[in-house]
Amino acid sequence: MLGAFLASSFVQMTGSFTAGVLLAIPATAALAMILEISVLRTLYARDHLSQVLATFALILIINEVTRLVWGSDAALPMPVALSGPVELLPGLRYPAYRLVIIGVGALVALLLFVLVTKTKVGMLVRAGASNREMALAMGVNIKLLFTVVFGVGGALCAVAGAMLAPLFAVQVGMGENILILAFVVIVIGGIGSIRGALVGAVLVGVVDTIGRAFLPILFGMFFQPRVASAAGPAIASVMIYLLMAVVLFFRPQGLFPARG
Amino acid sequence: MKRSLFIFILLAMFPLVMSAVDNLFYVSFASRVLIYAIAATSLNLVLGYGGMISFGHAAFVGTGAYVASILIAEGVTSAWIGWSAAIAASAIAAWLIGAVSLRTRGVYFIMITLAFAQMMFYLVNSMKAYGGDEGLTLPVRADLGFDLGNEIAFYYVVLALLAATLYALHRLVHSRFGRVVIAIRENEARAEAIGLPVYRYKLACFVIAGAAGGLAGALLASHGKYVNPNVLHWLQSGTLMIMVILGGVGRLWGGAIGATVLLGLEHVISDYPIPWLAQIAPNYQQHGNLGVGAVLLAIVLFAPQGIAGLLDRKNASS
Amino acid sequence: MLLLKNISKHFGGVVATDCVTLEVRDGEIHALIGPNGAGKTTLIGQISGALGLDAGEIHFFGKNISLLRQYERVRAGLARSYQITSIFRRFSVLDNLALAVQARSGSSFRFWQPVASEAALFDEARSLVKEMGLEGRENSLAATLAHGEQRALEVGLALATRPRLVLLDEPMAGMGPEESRRMIELIGRVRAQATVLLVEHDMDAVFRLADRISVMVDGRLIATDLPERIKLNPEVRKAYLGDEVAA
Repeated sequence: MLGAFLASSFVQMTGSFTAGVLLAIPATAALAMILEISVLRTLYARDHLSQVLATFALILIINEVTRLVWGSDAALPMPVALSGPVELLPGLRYPAYRLVIIGVGALVALLLFVLVTKTKVGMLVRAGASNREMALAMGVNIKLLFTVVFGVGGALCAVAGAMLAPLFAVQVGMGENILILAFVVIVIGGIGSIRGALVGAVLVGVVDTIGRAFLPILFGMFFQPRVASAAGPAIASVMIYLLMAVVLFFRPQGLFPARG
Repeated sequence: MKRSLFIFILLAMFPLVMSAVDNLFYVSFASRVLIYAIAATSLNLVLGYGGMISFGHAAFVGTGAYVASILIAEGVTSAWIGWSAAIAASAIAAWLIGAVSLRTRGVYFIMITLAFAQMMFYLVNSMKAYGGDEGLTLPVRADLGFDLGNEIAFYYVVLALLAATLYALHRLVHSRFGRVVIAIRENEARAEAIGLPVYRYKLACFVIAGAAGGLAGALLASHGKYVNPNVLHWLQSGTLMIMVILGGVGRLWGGAIGATVLLGLEHVISDYPIPWLAQIAPNYQQHGNLGVGAVLLAIVLFAPQGIAGLLDRKNASS
Repeated sequence: MLLLKNISKHFGGVVATDCVTLEVRDGEIHALIGPNGAGKTTLIGQISGALGLDAGEIHFFGKNISLLRQYERVRAGLARSYQITSIFRRFSVLDNLALAVQARSGSSFRFWQPVASEAALFDEARSLVKEMGLEGRENSLAATLAHGEQRALEVGLALATRPRLVLLDEPMAGMGPEESRRMIELIGRVRAQATVLLVEHDMDAVFRLADRISVMVDGRLIATDLPERIKLNPEVRKAYLGDEVAA
């Protein structure tokens, strides 16, 4: 949400979509790191309930502050250059902007995978997450590392929020819907597993879209119209949660649980 | 015990006082507070005593509300049927959601309960036949054989149900079941190691709490004669959690105190503007959540035992 | 009465228990010793049901219990105490033991009657308090007990389930000489009610109490024998005891 709102402001300031988005990234990362240093650090040692309530409190506070600063929504229009369709195959046209989103998504996934598995920093992060004391004992500055990780997370959120903005509205609370989806993805994919997150995200996206597109039609073939038109969309809207329930039933750890 | 009795006598006299000054609005408001007290208490069972951080409790309150509402909308106005059905439906929902969610722990469990609650939200949202996202308005309240449209009568019914809920919780906590549930919260591994089938007890606790939440939901629907999907939204789950932590996690009166304080403050802030504050921040009343968030954060960081905890500490040291 | 056949467990690349075959006889005190990291606690975890078996089977009184959950094994008479104290810290000593007795005696799906009204439960809990040497501390919160008292409560919780075989994982961990002496006496008394599989580092206790000793090194069981012969076993001495004990 903050990423989207910041991008909106930067785009208005600079007049350029790309510049606006690029500026929003470090700005959001900075805010994320400030948050981590000031509040989140004190929560690492606390119990789960405290962590949940504190982050919930932060959501309430940040939502209201955003409302005070920007108002309940902001505008981030799609760049004109990307607003048309692209002809992928003869007769198959696809919106250019959505192609850009796919491209950016794939790029980010690749970058993240390389970062976490192939670089020294990524290894330090995995070590710190796996055994904090040991990593500390080996001289790793865990506090700084986790702050930076959180900042990177914030940056990624900014990318997501800014890219999403032209398609859906920039409004207070937009982050929460995505948050719940992120939970579903993580649960299905497996906590702590980047590969799991990727597979989970693709799976969730596919199931959700196909479900919404075809389930009502499928229902229409087998049930009476009155039932089909009511039940079809209803079940389609919760397909991904049913998927999550099924995955949990057979593999409570998710599809690709991280080791250790 | 004596203190509780005293409080209930005061609460019982309240509407008589209010009708004497001809102000029935506050009787209705108090009913609402008492209903939320029941809801928060039901969450307190699973969260405070059971140690299960369920971030989806609104799903059960909402299920109860919707089942009760749908029955009334379809012409079944008997509260005996409607409220029982609400409790049963919530219990079943809790059983289904709990059976899957309780196989996980820690952060996983929290996220999953949240996700399932949102699932219920989207499900209800897409039920166009019963109002969809605009909600469902009811023609009448449920009736118990006598008319509950009378605010004072409704208040006494709710008060009686709150008393019953708190008493049942009291007995539950001291029973064999209660001891086991609290022990599981204290040390789940050891509980299993002394021969207790932990999962079954957690699920039972989860279901009981869900059922009680469903009752609160049914009462809520009758009270406002209106229900909409927001009653299932995760922000509602969060609100209930705030009430529990505000009032005191794992303490008998925690839910009731928390509901009273939160709803009371909300009412005071929105209906009684503070002039000097309005000068500094003209729209402050619309940004109440900022205050809630700040207070919640402060409590989590500095007074995790909530208000009941603070009171207990005062009594202990005096 | 307890038979382990080729029990194995690995965590990622680390082999914690490696084809362990062990037999514990009815009525004996069987000690399990070995250097740190030998896999003793992992083995205890596998026997009690907290950890799964990657290979092998466990038979208890002739029945294959390999697939039973931990609480089912406890109900069958197999209890365990923990190396790192794991008690109900915010319960009183009496309540701790009463809970274990309650777990053993009938269903706890009773929602109305207060537990405090069950005199039989608390009578048995009180006699356990005495047996563990914790008289006078029964109403103290478990968290306020001294270390040695907590270890006694730790063992008490396992015994409260009236097991036929009790797995004691380093009951004397962190104890001074006086407390250790009392724990040794206690374990000696336990022999009358249950078979004991004792994991310990305190060699004095081991040689005083054990009928037979098994030695684990690097996840493998390298010897099982009478105490005097274990002392002389060259492999054991090389791996673990060192030559001082022989002197």
